[in-house]
Amino acid sequence: MLRDERGETGMNDPVDVLIIGAGASGAAVAWSLAETKMHILCLEQGGWMNPATYPSTGRDWEARAFGDYSPSPNIRAWLEDYPINDDNSPIRVVNFNGVGGGTVMYTAHFPRLHPSDFRVKSLDGVAADWPVDYDTLVPFFEENDRMMGVSGLAGDPGVPPRNPPMPPLPLGRSGTSLAQAMNRLGWHWWPSDTTVATVDYEGRARCINLGHCTPACAQGAKASTDITYWPVARRAGVELRTHCRVREITTNEYGMAAGVVYYDADGKEQFQAAEVVVLACNGVGTPRLLLNSASARFPNGLANSSSLVGKNLMFHPYAQVYGYVNEQTDSNRAPPTCLWSKEFYETDPSRGFVRGYTFQFGRGVGPVAEAVASEAKGLLPWGEGHHAAFRRLNGHRLGLSAICEDLPEEHNRVTLDPVLKDTNGIPAPRIDYRIGENTARMMEHGIARAKEILAAAEATDICVNSPILYGGWHLLGTARMGADPASSVVNEWGRSHDVKNLFIVDGSLFVTSGGVNPTSTIQALALYIADQMKERLANLFD
Amino acid sequence: MSTDSPLTQAQSDDLRAIAGMIIPASVEFDVPGADDPVIHADVVATLGRDMALVREALDQLARLAGAPLVGLDPVRREAVAMQLRANGGAAVATLIRVVLQCYYRDDRVVRSLGLEPRPPYPIGHVLEDGDWSLLDPVRARSPMWRRA
Repeated sequence: MLRDERGETGMNDPVDVLIIGAGASGAAVAWSLAETKMHILCLEQGGWMNPATYPSTGRDWEARAFGDYSPSPNIRAWLEDYPINDDNSPIRVVNFNGVGGGTVMYTAHFPRLHPSDFRVKSLDGVAADWPVDYDTLVPFFEENDRMMGVSGLAGDPGVPPRNPPMPPLPLGRSGTSLAQAMNRLGWHWWPSDTTVATVDYEGRARCINLGHCTPACAQGAKASTDITYWPVARRAGVELRTHCRVREITTNEYGMAAGVVYYDADGKEQFQAAEVVVLACNGVGTPRLLLNSASARFPNGLANSSSLVGKNLMFHPYAQVYGYVNEQTDSNRAPPTCLWSKEFYETDPSRGFVRGYTFQFGRGVGPVAEAVASEAKGLLPWGEGHHAAFRRLNGHRLGLSAICEDLPEEHNRVTLDPVLKDTNGIPAPRIDYRIGENTARMMEHGIARAKEILAAAEATDICVNSPILYGGWHLLGTARMGADPASSVVNEWGRSHDVKNLFIVDGSLFVTSGGVNPTSTIQALALYIADQMKERLANLFD
Repeated sequence: MSTDSPLTQAQSDDLRAIAGMIIPASVEFDVPGADDPVIHADVVATLGRDMALVREALDQLARLAGAPLVGLDPVRREAVAMQLRANGGAAVATLIRVVLQCYYRDDRVVRSLGLEPRPPYPIGHVLEDGDWSLLDPVRARSPMWRRA
């Protein structure tokens, strides 16, 4: 490493490709590009995870989900986290910063977007069509399923054909009760595709039902990219530098990305030159970095001639409904992912809204989570009746959530907070978001249908959380892809319209959100873009 | 006062008293109350990042009670507790949570629920496979997804 003349900024040897972010998409694109033998470097603001310290290894396993393993960066407040001002949103942003990114803490629910999700304008007259389609992404979905290790069951009439490499998670007691209820109603259900290994798979041990998947899997059965893509990518020569927080992307006199300025683990400012810069910070981190990269040439932020950087934020509002049955459920003794239903996924105008939602069924929660939630809902009394009430609730919960398609609306956006900064003094993101009318109607529909399902399961004491407050996992749409530079930030293969050596590969790309967890599609898109880059290496910047 | 400083004795006493009102001991279920000395020690020792909000809730409690909670007559004590619960807010919610999260990890309490007092890892749990014939009517359906 060199020092500049002032000795203030560390100057590093240039690399061919610089990837920012080591999460779902950054890992996938690093692995895919590794075969080019280019010098590839990834900068990650967090560190490597240590499964021996994960919550499920200790007796305080549930309590830590409210503290140092909260999905909210504002609550978790690790040094590698950046604060987010989401006070003006009914849904709080949740994420994870570290090698593996959000996959360390996700539920591992792994559906794909449907073919219709890529043709929203053509089919339903709202929002916009994507510049790619489902069929184009199929080979990349399949490649990603193999790399992440997907468990599931072929033959689902609710989704296009696919062949998960591992068998599905067991139905268990909760799944059985819910399946019986769905059959009584004649509604579709199917075991969810997940990235939980149900058999030993590519060096990962099979799931042993720790039941505490979301605050990271100590068994290593849940696929997070620190244990799937990254080991392979590093063996293939990709360099991963941790605890490096990028402040801005710099540009040269030709308007091309020159590299990035970042703070290393010691807080020392560094400059890293690169021929190609790839952004993989997802739907809040990516626009934040582009907006923080404003310069005289790009006064509104980098890659922002469309003024769309940060706009069209989509969350997937969750409408959660649960109740209690007489029989024991699986509660915390199994992965929370269970079944899905596509009964209300595709547009039916008679419902009063366009687009649709997936039902995602859960298995229940542990005793602490049950006690805290039930007390807050008024189901769990103080004093004399506490114990009897708790024994009626604990281990008897059945629940589901409608994961509703959010349509792009420009007023839902990520900007830079004028006051809030991270520990390196970099302006933090501010979220302004409200739930759209179409989505609100969809959520009401989902709540009503969920109550019918729980009634069919003979559940009582029905509770509703709509939207789930700390449910902003899916951060989409803030640097969307498209053929027209006036209405999109990157082109149909992820390259910035404005800066021809700058690529985006994360959830920011989404033109619309679909009604499913997006990680599978984010990673398929990242692999697709990496493939496009490899095919166009000779004229990548033309 | 720093959030790192321990609770005062008065705050600790009030915390223990309100915990016992939230979850009293039960002969019927053979469990201690949340004011049990072992559980109270766990609550106090693990307040950590919740200290500031818990202290704020205890300040609310002290204002409502006007005297140490344990010294109030039962009727007045009950009224103060109900008022605190009705007031709600982040601080009170945090106080309740720290009590619940320590109570429901106590070995005696966990056993009384029919659960094993251990972390999930490394033993895990057994999940029944279930009856996959339940899928038969779903398998019989035509494709539902739209071709595009």
